[in-house]
Amino acid sequence: MNAYLSAILGGVLIGLAATLLLLLNGRIAGISGIVYGLTRRSPTAEWSWRAAFVAGLMLAGGIAMRLSGTPTPSPAGIPLLVLAGLAVGYGTRLGGGCTSGHGVCGLGRLSRRSLVAVFVFMATAMVTVFVVRHVLGSAP
Amino acid sequence: MKRIVAALLAGALFGIGLVVSRMSDPTVVLGFLDVFGAHFDPTLLIVFASAVATSLLGYRLALGRGRPLLDSDFHLPTAPAIDAPLVLGAAIFGVGWGLAGYCPGPALVAVAAAVNTGLVFLPAMLAGALLQRFVAQRRAVA
Repeated sequence: MNAYLSAILGGVLIGLAATLLLLLNGRIAGISGIVYGLTRRSPTAEWSWRAAFVAGLMLAGGIAMRLSGTPTPSPAGIPLLVLAGLAVGYGTRLGGGCTSGHGVCGLGRLSRRSLVAVFVFMATAMVTVFVVRHVLGSAP
Repeated sequence: MKRIVAALLAGALFGIGLVVSRMSDPTVVLGFLDVFGAHFDPTLLIVFASAVATSLLGYRLALGRGRPLLDSDFHLPTAPAIDAPLVLGAAIFGVGWGLAGYCPGPALVAVAAAVNTGLVFLPAMLAGALLQRFVAQRRAVA
């Protein structure tokens, strides 16, 4: 499929998934929040819909990724991957959301908090890539 | 039970969307974030625009109903202010995203597909989240 067409289609699927979760369960599809909710003690009903969402995402996403050919790994080495993981975990919890919660869902609700968050994480991510690739001149 | 099936379905759709859009490929993500690079890849901007356009429309329809189909109320975030934790947290997240090209959703998909870089990234991400909770609790006590 044409790369732009699949980008549009994939985006629509993501937006539909977020819509479905709100329309049916009244919940925001913020992946970081849903995952961290699983690490807390919470009522069974609360825990089980989160677990189901993560299970659906991993099962369907994992199968789709395997079906679409050899998955591409991150170009980052192990120390950088660990550092990146720590930053993503710490930052999304402190800032109350990630690309899905603030990006897709927050902007969908026209939340000003989310708009600020999206501008900030896009900016620091672009600066980080610039520094890694063009200042330090390393491969990733 | 219905809510569990609904969440499973929404999660599955989300996961497939991440793969179809190639948001689950860290090199595509980094290619988009590399705005000053010779091989800048705008794909993710299209994914983002199409996802947000869909959720804007879908959310209007859903919220316009007054209540969700399978619950008595919507559970929407209540934090009102644009405060320092929001900005600092988003900034730290962005740095991590730019280093590896993974945000939480694609990292979960990568682990499910047994991609080795995802298997390193995800435990570190969970550790980072736990570290934040620990720091916040220490602050609250002090």
